[in-house]
Parts: sequence; C-alpha cells; structure tokens
Amino acid sequence: MSTGIQKLGMPKWGLSMTEGRLVEWLVDEGAEVAVGDEVAEVETDKLNGPVESPVAGVLRRRVAAVGETIPVGGLLGVVADGDASDGDIDAFVADFQASFVPGESEEDAGPQPETVDVAAGTLRYLRQGEGGDAVVLVHGFGGDLNNWLFAAPALADGHTVYAVEMPGHGGSSKDVGPGDLDFLVGAVTQFLDALDLERVHLVGHSLGGLVVASLALRDPGRARSLTLVDSAGLGEEINGEYLRGFVEAGSRRELKPALELLYADSGQVNRQLVDDVLKYKRIDGVDVALRSIADHVFADGRQHALVADRLSELGVPLLVVWGEQDRIIPAEHARHVPESAEVHVLAGSGHSPHLEAPGEVNRVIEGFLARA
Amino acid sequence: MARRITYQQAINEALTQEMERDETVVVMGEDIAGGMGAGGEQDAWGGVLGVTKGLYHRFPGRVLDTPISESAYVGAAAGAAASGLRPVAELMFVDFMGVCFDQIYNQAAKFRYMFGGKAKTPMVIRTMWGAGIRAASQHSQSLHPIFTHIPGLKVVAPSNPYDAKGLLIQAIRDDDPVIFFEHKVLYGTEGDVPEEPYAIPFAEANFVREGDDVTVVALGRMVLLAQQAAAELDGEGISVEIVDPRTTSPLDLDSILESVENTGRLVVVDEAHPRCGFAADIVAQVSQQAFDALKAAPRMVTPPHSPVPFSPVLEDAYVPSPDQIAAAVREVAGAGAPA
Repeated sequence: MSTGIQKLGMPKWGLSMTEGRLVEWLVDEGAEVAVGDEVAEVETDKLNGPVESPVAGVLRRRVAAVGETIPVGGLLGVVADGDASDGDIDAFVADFQASFVPGESEEDAGPQPETVDVAAGTLRYLRQGEGGDAVVLVHGFGGDLNNWLFAAPALADGHTVYAVEMPGHGGSSKDVGPGDLDFLVGAVTQFLDALDLERVHLVGHSLGGLVVASLALRDPGRARSLTLVDSAGLGEEINGEYLRGFVEAGSRRELKPALELLYADSGQVNRQLVDDVLKYKRIDGVDVALRSIADHVFADGRQHALVADRLSELGVPLLVVWGEQDRIIPAEHARHVPESAEVHVLAGSGHSPHLEAPGEVNRVIEGFLARA
Repeated sequence: MARRITYQQAINEALTQEMERDETVVVMGEDIAGGMGAGGEQDAWGGVLGVTKGLYHRFPGRVLDTPISESAYVGAAAGAAASGLRPVAELMFVDFMGVCFDQIYNQAAKFRYMFGGKAKTPMVIRTMWGAGIRAASQHSQSLHPIFTHIPGLKVVAPSNPYDAKGLLIQAIRDDDPVIFFEHKVLYGTEGDVPEEPYAIPFAEANFVREGDDVTVVALGRMVLLAQQAAAELDGEGISVEIVDPRTTSPLDLDSILESVENTGRLVVVDEAHPRCGFAADIVAQVSQQAFDALKAAPRMVTPPHSPVPFSPVLEDAYVPSPDQIAAAVREVAGAGAPA
C-alpha cells in the first residue's frame, strides 16, 4: 500500500528558482515530523532556506545526499506512516524517479505574477492560495515581491495572499509621481480597490510597513489586522549611510557593502543577489524613483513620516516583528508601539527576518493571523 | 518583466526602444532595410541577419539603406554624430572595417581631442565578429584588439542577450564613438531579458560564476565555452571563477585583479590572435599589478597566429575549445598547489 507515503520535494522559492542544493538534513531518518517542521536546509544561487515538511509522519527516507543539486519538484526525501514497509518506500521512490520530469513538476507550475492598471500606474502582484481572508504583503524600499518568497507560500495555507509591488519597484511601472508617501499609500489603496479587496490583513516590511500602517490609519475599516516587520514610521532613526549607498551604487563593488548591512549574516549577500538588485537598479526610471522616494520619506537620513503615536487609534490587532540586529532601522523602535501589540524581536536576524529566519517569522505571523 | 528572448531580438529591442525614446537616433548600413529602389518589398531583409527588421516602417526616414561604401556611410555617421544626431551604423562584418578605418580611428576617435573637448561623437558602429560559421578568413576575424588599442574609441563585446540589450542602450547614450561587437554564433542564444529599457555601464565586469581556484577571463562566445569547461572541472574538484569584462575599453581591471587576488591563478581565453592581443594585455596588466598574488604563471588560450581557415575541420581546431580551456586551467591549478 502506498497510501500515506508522501514526497518531500525541492521547493520553489521565488520565480526564477529552477534547482537547489541540499546543504544538510536537520532530521534523522525514522524521526517523527509535524507539518511545518524544518527537515532540511537548501541553498539556491540566491539564498539558503529551510525546507518544511508539508505533511505529518515519519521521515522514512533521505533520498537526496548532502551536496546534491536537485531540480525544483525533485525528490529530497519520503515522509510516511510508521507502518509502511521499506519495500513500499523503495517502490514509491523508484516510481517517482522514473516519471519525474524537471521543469514540469507541480512546484514549477506555481502561480505567475499578474498586473493590474490603477491610477498610480501598472502594479505587478503575485497571488497565492485560495479562500480565507485576504493577506496583502508590501515589500520595503528597493524590494519586490520575491522578498516574500518564504512567507507567501506559508501564509497561503488558509488565506489568499497578494504580494504587491509598489510603483518604482519590481515589475510595477517606475513612475512614482511626486515620490511621496501619499502616492505610495494611494497606489496600494487603488490596488485593493481594483481587486475588490474590502478588508484585508496588511503586512508590510520597512517602507512597506509605513505604507500599510498609513493606509490603515487613513482608511479605517480596511485593515483586519496589521503586521509590521522591521518597519519604518516608528521612530526617527534610519541608517542614512545605507540609503545613500543603496541609491547611489551603480556597480557591484559599490552595492555589495550596502546590501551587507541588510543581513545579520552578511555572508548571505552573494554574487547573484547583488546582480539581481543591480539589474533592477539599471532599469530606466528606477534611479529617479528611488531618489525621489528617499528624498521625500527619508530626507537627510531621518524618517519624516511617523505613525507610532497613532497606532492605538486603529482598533485592530497589531503584530510587530523585528530582527534584533537590524542595522537599517533600530530594533528598539519595536518598543514604540501600543502595549496591546504583540511584539517579537528575533535574535540572529537583521533588517529582513522574513528572509533570515523565515521559519520563525512564518510561525509568528501564522499564529497571529489565526487569532486576529 | 523579464522573459526569454534571443541575442538577436535583444539587439533589435534595444534599437527600437532607443529610437522610440530619442528621435536623434538613426540607423544606417547596407541592406539594413533591404529591397530599396528595387520596386519590390521594402524592409525585405532587415540586415543580413535580420537584426534591424521592422525598424524601417516603424521609424520613417530614420532607417537609411546605404550604398556598398563603408567609407562613405561611416564617415557620414561620424559627421552626423558631431553635428547632433546619434547614428548607429551597421558594418556587416568587422573584417570590412579596413576600408573605413581612417573615418574611425583618425577622425571619430580624435574629434573630442582635436577640438579641445568641445566636440562629442555619439556614434555606434555595430559589427559581426568571430569564427564558427564556415565563412573563411575574410568574414571570421576577431579584431577587437585593434580598436581597443586606440584611445578615443570604446569597445563592447556582449556574451549574452541581457548584456547585448543593456550595453547597446548604453552605447547609444554614450557621447563617444563605440564599436559594438556582435558574435555571429551567439545571435540564436536565449536568455532572460527585461522588457523595459536599461543601460549597463561600461567598465563593469560580470562575474559569470564564482570560484576559488582559478580565474578565467573570457569575452563574447568564449564565455560560453569557458562555462562548459568550468562545469567539467567542477567534477574534478577545481573551482573556476569566470569574469566577463564585457567591455575591453574601458576595461574593468579592478574586478579582474580582485578575482586573481582571491584565486592566485589566471587563464585568459580570447578568440583574437595571440600577438599584441586582448589576452596578452590582460596577462601583462595582471602580472604587473598583482604579481605577488600569482601562484602560477598565467596562461592564454587563443587561436594560433594564423588566418581563420576555411576548412571546417581546421576551423573547428582553430577556435579555442572547452577542452583546451580545461587543460589550461588544470595546468595552472596544478602549479604551486599546496602539497
């Protein structure tokens, strides 16, 4: 019987991932795993991340060897009930390997980004999951929807998740109009209107946090809950040197030191990551957009739009997540929010805990949304 | 948003988008529309390889089919550039550059300097280079070192579709004469290219892959062959870093030095002749500036110092191969390795 025998596959993180390399197994063969347990660490050309078990059972077989490169959807291991025989597991592995075609797996066929035209321009977004409440994810300054590559699939279990790109970013149009906070908040509001999303869980990182918080304050009733990750808008300090470095850098050598400030472990900043950001920065209009936003929202290396004092007016559940070693916006800003807020400051993470400690951040947000 | 297109489509898209953006951009060359004056179909060809197809009807009056006289239209392009246009001249094969060389190296390259910095010459000459299509010695050469040698010219040689589009856009926006080398074997290769216009700055090398043991510097088609060699060497435990300078003038020597300081070993692969060539130049500059970092003598992998043969067998033997590159890497990796 092969019922109850489940594949542990190579996940697809981000639109461009085609394969990953197994760095290490985190669970022994024969160990019990629950849904969401981290069972292995995988490295892509951009980053490292944990593979979570999609099912509960026993890790019966580690098929992939440490150091091996496996295509997206390929077999890492097998999870099954304790009573499946070794012969059943062997047969499952043999069947799978005989029929597996790289590039045509379920994982590969994942959702593709779409665009919607609103007054602020063309906005690109990725929708994942079906049913449940809508969750809208907004990236930070210079970011894009790929920043949510670990969070979005996890939150899509039970929600419909939209990762939207603000004007000037990712695959959205690059004209940011006046380049001020109003324009960005307007763009996200127009996105919600265009997709008929009446009440949503708003999640924002850094500048995106300031944008969604401002949106919730301006349009009461729009937010079911608010999640702020290493958010702007909660205090004056921001690393002006980082902003200047990121905006000014035109070459790999100039950009790398700026990007290293984003991570607690600056070893995360590899060639591919730097290249991807450079490719974005070279697109016509991006330079003007970034300078314009930085000049308005973060002029002279300070934050000028502050929302911390008004968050208590919101009357919706508030979650604040911060990387303790954030070198862009100090983690102490997490203390500037109302006492009713749920606050998690994560050791070992920098400005992007959703990329550096995705498992932990996913669990915190999932738990919060379940209660919200 | 990026999607997969060919090297040829990437070049066409760069031309289209720049002509759209800036009405001073004009293109000229032999048969770049095709069928002119013949009473038949116009824009029949779009150049010998169809790279300029579609521009003629989209940009009336700005796509000029010229007579078979390179000296005339390259001179016209230099003059047009000095007086306010941004011409892109297509010179079918770089092998033909000899007949208009005065216009290039003694006129266009010198205007800025002869006129006390008051003149600019925003001209691009697109041209095909390289062996590999059985076109014999007069249509197969790799002459980028000749142009690299001349101050006042900028020299670009993209190895993939992404670079082809971004570097051509930069070439058109640049205020100096640029010789833009398109490798004929690469036209059909595909890669991810953003739909939006973007410019890649000159003198910014691309790290095609990272590695710790040996630095391989390669240009144009040689980048692809170096990648094949590197994949093979991976299995032998030799980790190769490939640096594609993308532009030979200006040159991003800093990135090459940074890589060699890490690996201590250098192989330069080039399709041009070995004497006074690009490979010799890189080896000389690295030897002079990073001698202390070198653990082994640098090696060059180039064709022999002879014209490109017409015989298919000899042509295949002439162009550097992944096997030759791998052999050179093994040689430098073996020398000076810790016991």
